[in-house]
Amino acid sequence: MEKTYETVIGLEVHVELATKTKIFCGCSTEFGGEPNTHTCPVCTGMPGSLPVLNKAVLEKAVAVGLATNCNITRNGKFDRKNYFYPDNPQNYQISQLYFPICRDGKVEIEVEGEKKFVRIHEIHMEEDAGKLVHDSFTDTSLVDYNRSGVPLIEIVSEPDMRSAEEVIAYLDKLRLIIQYLGASDCKLNEGSMRADVNLSIREKGSEEFGTRTEMKNLNSFKAIARAIENERERQIDIIESGEKVIQETRRWDDEKGYSYAMRSKEDAQDYRYFPDPDLVPIIVTDEFLDEIKSRQPELRDEKRIRYKEEYSIPEYDIDIITNSKKMADIFEETIALGAEPKKVSNWLMVETMRLMKEHDKDADDISFSAKNLAKLIDMVDKKVINGSVAKEVFEKVFTDDIEPEKYVEENGLKTVNDEGALTKTIEEIVAANPKSVEDYKSGKEKAIGFLVGQTMKAMKGKADPGEVNRILKEILAK
Amino acid sequence: MVITDETIDYVGILAKLELSDEEKEQAKKDMSNMLDYVGKLDELDTDDVEAMSHAFPISNVFREDVVTNGDDRDNMLANAPEERNGCYDVPKTFD
Amino acid sequence: MDLMSLTAVELGQKIKNKEVTVKEAVEESLRRIDALEKDINSFVTVDKEGALKQAEEVQKKIDSGELTGPLAGVPVAIKDNMCTKGLLTTCSSKILGNFVPTYTATAVEKLKEAGAVIIGKTNMDEFAMGSTSETSYYGATKNPWDLNRVPGGSSGGSAAAVSSEEVPYALGSDTGGSIRQPASFCGVTGIKPTYGRVSRYGLIAYGSSLDQIGPIAKDVRDCATILEIICQHDDKDSTSYSEAASDFTSALVDDVKGMKIGIPSDYFAEGIDPEVKEAVLAAAKVLEEKGAVVEEFSLGMVDYAIPAYYIIASAEASSNLERFDGVKYGYRTADYTDLHNMYKKTRSEGFGAEVKRRIMLGSFVLSSGYYDAYYVKALKTKALIKKAFDDAFARYDVILGPVAPTTALKCGESLSDPIKMYLGDIYTVSVNLAGLPGISLPCGYDKNGLPIGLQLLGQTFDEKSILRAAYAYEQSRSYKRSPIAERGL
Ligand SMILES: [Mg+2]
Ligand SMILES: [Zn+2]
Repeated sequence: MEKTYETVIGLEVHVELATKTKIFCGCSTEFGGEPNTHTCPVCTGMPGSLPVLNKAVLEKAVAVGLATNCNITRNGKFDRKNYFYPDNPQNYQISQLYFPICRDGKVEIEVEGEKKFVRIHEIHMEEDAGKLVHDSFTDTSLVDYNRSGVPLIEIVSEPDMRSAEEVIAYLDKLRLIIQYLGASDCKLNEGSMRADVNLSIREKGSEEFGTRTEMKNLNSFKAIARAIENERERQIDIIESGEKVIQETRRWDDEKGYSYAMRSKEDAQDYRYFPDPDLVPIIVTDEFLDEIKSRQPELRDEKRIRYKEEYSIPEYDIDIITNSKKMADIFEETIALGAEPKKVSNWLMVETMRLMKEHDKDADDISFSAKNLAKLIDMVDKKVINGSVAKEVFEKVFTDDIEPEKYVEENGLKTVNDEGALTKTIEEIVAANPKSVEDYKSGKEKAIGFLVGQTMKAMKGKADPGEVNRILKEILAK
Repeated sequence: MVITDETIDYVGILAKLELSDEEKEQAKKDMSNMLDYVGKLDELDTDDVEAMSHAFPISNVFREDVVTNGDDRDNMLANAPEERNGCYDVPKTFD
Repeated sequence: MDLMSLTAVELGQKIKNKEVTVKEAVEESLRRIDALEKDINSFVTVDKEGALKQAEEVQKKIDSGELTGPLAGVPVAIKDNMCTKGLLTTCSSKILGNFVPTYTATAVEKLKEAGAVIIGKTNMDEFAMGSTSETSYYGATKNPWDLNRVPGGSSGGSAAAVSSEEVPYALGSDTGGSIRQPASFCGVTGIKPTYGRVSRYGLIAYGSSLDQIGPIAKDVRDCATILEIICQHDDKDSTSYSEAASDFTSALVDDVKGMKIGIPSDYFAEGIDPEVKEAVLAAAKVLEEKGAVVEEFSLGMVDYAIPAYYIIASAEASSNLERFDGVKYGYRTADYTDLHNMYKKTRSEGFGAEVKRRIMLGSFVLSSGYYDAYYVKALKTKALIKKAFDDAFARYDVILGPVAPTTALKCGESLSDPIKMYLGDIYTVSVNLAGLPGISLPCGYDKNGLPIGLQLLGQTFDEKSILRAAYAYEQSRSYKRSPIAERGL
């Protein structure tokens, strides 16, 4: 009988924290910039330089720990992880092994209606490495330390996931929590969120774990799903051919669709961790913890409940809107400016989603302001513009965040509210279309649509369709 | 403790040191003697002792999250053995 | 006038009184260095041009009243493991043979702010690993009392420069005795402050949890005066302590009445030279006669200090010295096949034998399977050593003992047997493990005329007690110049 296998997956997720400065020095974390212009003796490993911890890093790490139900370590330390590589200027990375800042957390995920918890083993703080670029002209590598020392948290899960879907649900859960906290923008494709996948397989029903491999260089959800499938198959092949899986680190090549071992006899994988004597213990006091707790914003799950109670909009809309902190923020801000929740939700669910698709943008990339959306909704409410004009104006709001009032004014898009002029136009349309008038009068209610359309066209779209309908019906009833 | 060739080679990989055969023999002897000597610590019962990293209590030393460093690239790069395009130039790291 | 025979404070006073210009002082220092370096080799770099330029600037500030401190205008030599902006900083290693820092160590910066004129950078054991100053890539430093002997180490260049009167004072660093032992061998005075007193920013690390910068000078007053300048909190060093009093010169009173002084009997057991023992105990007698309560006691843990020290220092060093890799600064090997070959060749060619020995040991004790047995065990031993001192300081204000078991050794004598060399640090390393302050000052001479050092140890952040005891003792005797200083040029 053919054996069935279960995939066992644990994740190591690195998240770049959104601080102004690096973890141990006063260099800017700003992205881009000429190579090595955001560096100093500390983050380039100059002799005699010393690290001093950025308080904001600790605050953000603790905030993430609290939001993922972790225990916060009251007496934490930093350790050195020793290995030689040019992107690592000291040839050790300052990280946490023995007393990570957070431990024993969990988050709930949902896949196809099934809910389960993924446990978090620990979250630790550490420094990012520099960037290496290959120079094909000289066949050497060039090192840029601008990213060296950018603060990271590494979130290590227990091996609780069993499929790519669960992995993606877990990553999405983490992304939302961290974005809501404002701790990071968590962009997988830009590297501010990176996941290494630890995967092993075992026969279904077995309690023991198989030998795991660690997969690196996964830059998208798609790559993660493909790499998981590929690695699962690879391990099954090895086992079925009677051989043993080797515990190793592998690098995923998404273009070629396979992974390869990153082994070298020069990499002993013996990191000789020991407490960094240049840094002092971190004592997390009750006061510190209370302060972080008091600053914790409303997270997604709480928002969902509140939206349902407060705004009575459909659950589906709530899910979409809260799936991005950015979108939820715009939603709430627009309401705060006086717009009706249902209307705001509609603009986000319909026009915004359509334009996002059209412009190939994520919710996180939305750049229009709540102020201009609120203004637009208000103009529709006050019948300053009609619905179709509003859609046209919104496109401009979406792309350029224009001020709707000014735009409408400059482009002459205001609805004509002069009843006399409207009545006159309608009378002309009625006179010019006897066939439609007859159809209507003989009971074909739909025929009025054509007459409304003709009127709108004659008014260059600037009439209120409701008004047109009302006046038309009055005239036709005569 | 006897230090084998394998151990010396392994430590050489960790420490990125390449020893000549002669140096290796000396290193084996030195390390072995030194480990025997520091083995003296085994005489101490330290089961209930907490490892001490810093000799006096100091904790929670932080920086505020404020940018204080400007661009000093050219001066720093002046020390680089090999430099190219504003970067440190090293033997290629991947193929 | 023999300007360099003055103490730093005396010279500072003469400059302040306009009896001497800064330029005269600097030129005299440079003249002596010029004449003596071929024999002593206490410097790696002499910054003649820079020093003369500084002299002019400092003089202006003194004249305008901007600089009024006791050491304004006084030349100083800096151990070559402290970074100095724009001035070669080698750690006496080939691997940093061309390293010009873009920043200055905080302690040096504090001296500069106080008007010090930096004459140059002193020779040392490579990366401060040694007790003889013979492991320098730039040649050994010689002892001004006997050119066939070592000046001690690792701050041998700083001690020899002061003892030979090339400079009035110098900065050294002390990880396991590296200020106190060369001060003792060269017949001058040096202090290792409490760990955390002086910022380590810009000090090229050897053992980060043990390293501490301190002064080497002719007398206790100089040392206290220098300490007042360099002991300041620094935001750039997480282990820099801010809360302890630092009015050190107020402790310079010739009064030890009622002071409780403990003498560890364990320091006088086997291995100590009888002449050293005699001189140190005679010094204790002097303090007793001045009214101190002197008592012998058993400190304990003495034999475990060196094993614990070498594990901790080597482990930290193995990691601290990983950054010397031929990528960002310093030496890179000429020929290499790939990245790892470049690392290995650069480091193997760039480091000397003793440095490699300690890196190998340190890498081993941290490696998988050995960390608990060696490194953690050593950290626990450190806790026990600290406790032994805490118990002692519950009873005594000051602990008195020798600095080293012997006077200055002959050149080349100790390098052949590392463990024997390490044992020479038996009275000094435990102080670093426990983070305590310690002072070394001359207390006599052996039959060869070589200086013997007295060591006084204090409780954490209590430099004042040891300064007071040292000052009181010093009043009973006069400063003896080294033969080279005595001889004149
Ligand atoms: Mg990590
Ligand atoms: Zn920096």
